[in-house]
Amino acid sequence: MTKDPVTREELHEEQPPQAAVPEQEPRGAARARVLLRQVLLPASAIVLSLVVGAVIMIASSPLVRGDIDLSLPLTAYWALLNGSLGSFNAIVSTLVQATPLILAGLAVGIGFKAGLFNIGAQGQFLMGALAAATMGVATADLPPLIAIPVALAAGMAAGLAYGFIPGFLKAYTGAHEVVTTIMLNYVAIQLVAYVISGPLRGANVTFARTEAITSAALPVIAGRDGHIGLLFAAVAVPIMAWMLFRSTLGFEIRTVGANPDAARYAGMHPRLLIILALSLGGLLAGLAGATEILGQVRHMPAAYATAVGFDAIAVALLGRAHPVGILFAGLLFGAMRAGAGLMQIQAGIPVQMVNVLQAVILFFLAADLIVRAIFRLRAAGVGVDEMQTITRSYGEQTAK
Amino acid sequence: MEVVYDIPLIGWLIQFVVYVIEVMPIIAPTIIGAATPIALGALCGFMNERSGVVNIGIEGMMLTAAFVAWWTASLTAQLLPGGEPWLFGMTPALLIGLVAALVAAMLVSLVHAWLSITVRADQIISGTIINIFAVGITGYLNLLVSRSAPPSAGQFTRWNPPEVLADIPVIGWLLDALLSQGPIGLGLLVAVIVMQVMLFRSRWGLRTRAVGEHPEAAETVGIDVVALRYRNVILGGVFAGLAGAYLTIEFGNSFQGEMTNGRGFIALAALIFGRWTPLGAFGAAILFTASEGIQRAVRFGPPEGALGDFLASVPPQFYSAVPYLVTIIILAGVVGRSLAPAAVGKPYTREKRERRRPEEPAEPATAATEG
Amino acid sequence: MTTERPPRPPLLEMRNITKRYPGVVANDRISLDVRGGEIHALLGENGAGKSTLMNVLYGLAVPDEGTILMDGTPIEIEAPREAIDHGISMVHQHFMLVPVLSVAENILLGDEPMANPLLLDRGAASDRIRELGRSFGWEIDPDAPVGTLSVGWQQRVEILKALYRKARVLVLDEPTASLTPQETREIFDVLRRLKADGYGIVFISHKLYEVLDIADRITVIRRGRVVGSRIPSETDEDDLAELMVGREVQLTVDRGTSHPAGTILEVSGLHVKNDRGREVVHDVGFEVRAGEIFGIAGVAGNGQDELVEALIGLRSVSGGTVMIDGRPATGLSPRRLHQRGVAYVPADRHRYGLVLSFPITDNLCLNDYYHPPYSRGVVRNEAAIRENAERLIEEYDVRTPAAGVTAGTLSGGNQQKVVVARELDGDLVLLVLEQPTRGLDVGSVEFIHRQAIAKRDAGVAVLLVSAELDEILELSDRIGVMFRGRLVATLDARTTNREEIGLLMATGGREAAPERQPAEVGER
Repeated sequence: MTKDPVTREELHEEQPPQAAVPEQEPRGAARARVLLRQVLLPASAIVLSLVVGAVIMIASSPLVRGDIDLSLPLTAYWALLNGSLGSFNAIVSTLVQATPLILAGLAVGIGFKAGLFNIGAQGQFLMGALAAATMGVATADLPPLIAIPVALAAGMAAGLAYGFIPGFLKAYTGAHEVVTTIMLNYVAIQLVAYVISGPLRGANVTFARTEAITSAALPVIAGRDGHIGLLFAAVAVPIMAWMLFRSTLGFEIRTVGANPDAARYAGMHPRLLIILALSLGGLLAGLAGATEILGQVRHMPAAYATAVGFDAIAVALLGRAHPVGILFAGLLFGAMRAGAGLMQIQAGIPVQMVNVLQAVILFFLAADLIVRAIFRLRAAGVGVDEMQTITRSYGEQTAK
Repeated sequence: MEVVYDIPLIGWLIQFVVYVIEVMPIIAPTIIGAATPIALGALCGFMNERSGVVNIGIEGMMLTAAFVAWWTASLTAQLLPGGEPWLFGMTPALLIGLVAALVAAMLVSLVHAWLSITVRADQIISGTIINIFAVGITGYLNLLVSRSAPPSAGQFTRWNPPEVLADIPVIGWLLDALLSQGPIGLGLLVAVIVMQVMLFRSRWGLRTRAVGEHPEAAETVGIDVVALRYRNVILGGVFAGLAGAYLTIEFGNSFQGEMTNGRGFIALAALIFGRWTPLGAFGAAILFTASEGIQRAVRFGPPEGALGDFLASVPPQFYSAVPYLVTIIILAGVVGRSLAPAAVGKPYTREKRERRRPEEPAEPATAATEG
Repeated sequence: MTTERPPRPPLLEMRNITKRYPGVVANDRISLDVRGGEIHALLGENGAGKSTLMNVLYGLAVPDEGTILMDGTPIEIEAPREAIDHGISMVHQHFMLVPVLSVAENILLGDEPMANPLLLDRGAASDRIRELGRSFGWEIDPDAPVGTLSVGWQQRVEILKALYRKARVLVLDEPTASLTPQETREIFDVLRRLKADGYGIVFISHKLYEVLDIADRITVIRRGRVVGSRIPSETDEDDLAELMVGREVQLTVDRGTSHPAGTILEVSGLHVKNDRGREVVHDVGFEVRAGEIFGIAGVAGNGQDELVEALIGLRSVSGGTVMIDGRPATGLSPRRLHQRGVAYVPADRHRYGLVLSFPITDNLCLNDYYHPPYSRGVVRNEAAIRENAERLIEEYDVRTPAAGVTAGTLSGGNQQKVVVARELDGDLVLLVLEQPTRGLDVGSVEFIHRQAIAKRDAGVAVLLVSAELDEILELSDRIGVMFRGRLVATLDARTTNREEIGLLMATGGREAAPERQPAEVGER
C-alpha cells in the first residue's frame, strides 16, 4: 500500500461533506442573515463599550462632581449625542470630524487587506498636513483654483512618500511595519516642530505656528465648518471598494495579504504590492492631513496635536477593513469626537473618554467570544479575521 | 591632535569620538537615567517574547504604571503625612505608589495574556488596544485629578556610593554612575544580571526557551505551556511597572499625558538589537539614549572648532529624533529577525482543548521532517 | 509461544475508548492492549482515528467513554505529565524537538536534574545520556544543537528522550516516515531489543510490509472502530489492506509502459542556495522526456525542496541552466513558466497551492487571473471566473456544496483536487509533482496517481519528487536519487529495486554510513 503519512486528516474525509461544510454562499434571505451577523458583532461591541464607559464614569464621578453621581453617564452620553447629531451644525461637525477618520481609516484598512498593520497613519497624516501647510503659505498670492490643488497634491505626495518608507523597508529588509511606522510617527512630530518653529514660522505670531492659509483654504459648502473635504471622503470610499473587490490590482493586494507565498507562485510581486499598499495608505492619510489643515484649522501650529492616528486604527478594525464598514465606523467615531467637546463642557467628562470607549470596543471585538456569549450570537464563521493575520509576519522575512 | 581634526569628514568623526569619550563621565548619569526605563521596558518585552508572546503594549503598560505610581503616591501622601524618609528617601507614599504601579502593570499584562493566550486574538492588536486604553484612561483621570492640583509625593533619592569607587582607574566613573541611582535604577542592574543567568542556567530559563521556540515539544514532555506563558507575561508586567514608576517617582515627580513618548517601542527595538537577552537589551538601551547625553554635552560644552559649531547648530528636535531613527535602522536589518524565538506570535492550540472544527490539525513542526 | 495464558494483566489496556468531536466520532469503543515484551501494531489509514486514540493515551484529549488501565488498575490521564509519570512514553510522528536547544537539553526538558533549587545540573545528565546512547552503539554528543542533526539522528534522540524517563510503554507514531530502508532496519533492531528488555511497544503505521515485519500482533482500525485483529503469520498485505480500507484494494496502479519522446526538461550543472545562503543543490543535472515520469527519490532535506523551488521560479539559481522544450528557462518567473506550459502541484498545498480564505472560484484561476477572460484590463470578470470553476469542479469531481465556498472548508483530499484541477487544466509540456499525496486518503491517492499517468500517456513530461519511496517506485519510469544536494544516481525503474534505491538514499553510493553522529548535515 503506497501512501504518505504526515498530517492527521480527520475521519469525515470520506463521508459526504455536507455535514461539516457550512453554507458559505447563501442566496437572498440567507445572505441578509449573514450580513446581519456581520454587523451584530461590532454593534454589540459598541453597546458593551458604552456600558463599560458608564461604569468608569460613575466610578470616577467623585472627581467630576464631588460625589457619586449615577446619572453622570446619561448626562455625558446625552451631551455626546447632542454635540454630534443634535443640530444641523452638530451634524456638519460630525461629518467634518469623520472625514479625516474615514480617509485615514481607509489608509489603515488597505494595509490590513495586504496583511500589514499601518499604524503610521498618524505620521503620514502629519506629513501631509505639513506639506499642505507649506504649500498653503507659499501659494498665498495665487488664485484658489491653483492654490488648492497644489496644496492638496503636496499633502498627498508627502503622505505617499512617508508611507513608501516603511513599505520599502518591510518589503526589502523585513523590518516590521508596526515598529517602523510608530517610530516614523514620532519622527514626524519632531520634524513638524522643527520646521514650523524655524523656517515656516509666521511673522507676527504669538506662539509657533505658520501664517494663516488664505488662498489654499478649502471652501465651505455646508454649515459653519463643512468644507469641501467632506466630498473627498465620500468619494474615496466607493473608489476603494471598487478597487479592492472588482479590480485585478485589488485582487492581488488581497491575495498578498491572505497568503504571500501563493501570491508569489501566482506570479504576483508581494514586495511591490506591499510598497503599493503602504504608499497608497500614506497618500490617503496625507490627504486626510491636508484637508484638516486646509479645511479646518487653516494654519499649522508647531505643536500640532491630533488623535486621528489612533482613531483611524479603531475605525479600520471596527469597519472590518472594508471600505463601507470604515465609512460607518468613521462616522461613528466622528460623532464621538464631535460630541466630546460638549460632553466635556456639560458633563465635565474629559475628551479622553473617547479613547477609552474606542479601546473597549476593540477589546470586545478581539475577545469576540465574550460578546457572543453575552448576546448569544452563534459562532458560524463570524470571526474577525483581520484580527488574526497581522502577527503572522512579525518574526518572518517577507516573501520575496 | 587638532591637525587630525582638519581632515574632512574622517577628521570630524575622530574628533567626535574623542569628544564623546572625554565627555562620557559627565554625561554617563544622564544616559543611564534615560536608558533605565527603556531597559526595564525591554525586560518586559523579554519575558513576553522569550515565551512566544508578542507585546507591543509595553508603552501602554508603562504609561499606566507611571500614572498609578504618581497618583497613588500623591493620595497616600495626603492621607498619611509621612514621617522620616528611610533609605532612598522612601516614604510610605512612595512605597505604596510603587507597589500600586506594579499591580496595575501586572493587571494590564493579565489582559494581554488573556487576549493573546486564551482568546488567541492577534497579539499586536491586543497590544494596540492596551496602548489606546492607557492613553485614554490616564489622560482622562489625569485631567480630572489635576483640577484639584494634588501635591506631588516627591521621588526616590539616589544612593551615594563611596568616593573610593570613582577613583578606580578606567571604569571608576562608570561604576560610580551606574550605582548612583535610586532603588529602581539599582533594581534594574540586579535584574539584568539575574535574568541573564536565569535564562541559560536555570530550569525556568530552559523551559521558557523551549516554549518560545517549540511549544508543542514542551507540552509533550509535560510542561504546561499556557501556564508558563501566563506567568511570564504577568511577571513581565513587573518590569513595565518599574519602568513607568521610574518616570514619575524616581526620575521625575509629576505626570503629563502621554509622557512615555514612545519609550515602550524603543524598548522593543532594544530587545531585538540585544538579541533577546537581558544584557544585550541593556547595552542597546544605553546606545539608543546616548544621543540625549550628547545633546546635553553639546549644549554646555561643545567641542572646538567647526565640529562644535555644527553640533550646536543641529536643532534640538533632531537629537530627540535620533532614538527613533536608530530604532528604524536597527530593525531594517542590522540585526535580522531570524533570531527571534521561533514560535513568537503564533497562538498555541493545546490539543487537549476541544477544537471547534475537527479538520484543524495540531500544528506540527514542519522543520522536523526536513532534517 | 505456549498456549497458556499468562496470569498477569496486560501492561497497558485501553478499554472501549470513545471520543467524539462535533460531527464525527473519532474513536468508537476501541479496545487495545499491550503486554510487556510485545510489539503491538496499530494499523489504519489517515483519518482512521489512530492519532486521536494516542492523544487520549497521552493525555492530550479526554475520552468521552472508556478507561485506561495499567497493570490492571484503572488510571486517569489528563495531561502528558501524567502519562509520563505512569511510564508511557511517546515518540511522535513529527519530532518534538527544539532545534536551538542541545541534545541534552531536549532530552532533559521536563525532568531536569537540579544542582540546587535554582540552577540546572548540566554535567550529571550529559554522562547518563552518553551512556544510554552507547548502550545502543550510538556516539552521542549531548551539546550539539538538535537542529543540526540529520533526520535519522533526530529520531535516535527522540527515542533516547523516551527511554531516559524509565518508561514501560513506548508508543511510536509512524516512526519510519522519514527514514531510509536501512535506517528503518536499524530502528527495528532497536525495537526488538527493547522488546526483549520487557517494554510494551505500540507501533502505529500505515505501512503494511513493515507492520508484518515487526509486530507480534496487529490491530486494524477504520473509521474509528476496530475492524480486525491479526497475527502476522496468519495474514498478508492484501488481507490487511482490505481491512484497512473496507473494500478490495488495488494496491498499485498499473502504470503500463511509457513511450518517451523528445527531451522537455533539461537541467545541467544546477546550483541552488537555501535561505541561509548555504548551497544545498550541487551541480545537479538530469533530463525528463515527454511521455515519461522521472521520479526523484531521497530522504527529505537533501535539497529536493530547493531544487523544485528553483525549477518553478520561486527561488533563484546560483549556477547552471534549465532548458524547457529546447529554450532557455533558467530563472524565469512562475508566471512565465506557466505560460510555457509548466504546471506545479506543491508539497504544501496550504502554502503555495491555495489561498485558504478565498473561495474556490478564485483559487481555480489563480495562475491566470490577470488575463482575459478572467480579467479585462483592470476589471475582473466574475462570470468567467465562475464558469471556469464550475467546469473544473465537475471535471475533477471536487466535492463541495457550491463553487463559491471558501477553500479552507474543504477536506484535504478535495483541496488537493482543486490544486490538481487548476494545474492540470490546459496545454502542459511539463508537470512537476511534489509530495502530491501527502496526508491523503486512499481514494484521493489513487485519483492523483491516475491523473499523473494519464498526463504522461498524453505526452506530458512528468517530474515527481517524493520522499515516499513506494510512490516513486509505483509511478516512475526512471528514478534519480538525491543525497546531500547531489543527484547521485539515475536508474531505470524496471531494473532497480527498493534495496538499491534505499541504499543510495542513505549513503549516496559510498560505503555504509558511519555510526558516529555527524557534525553537520541536514539543514532546516
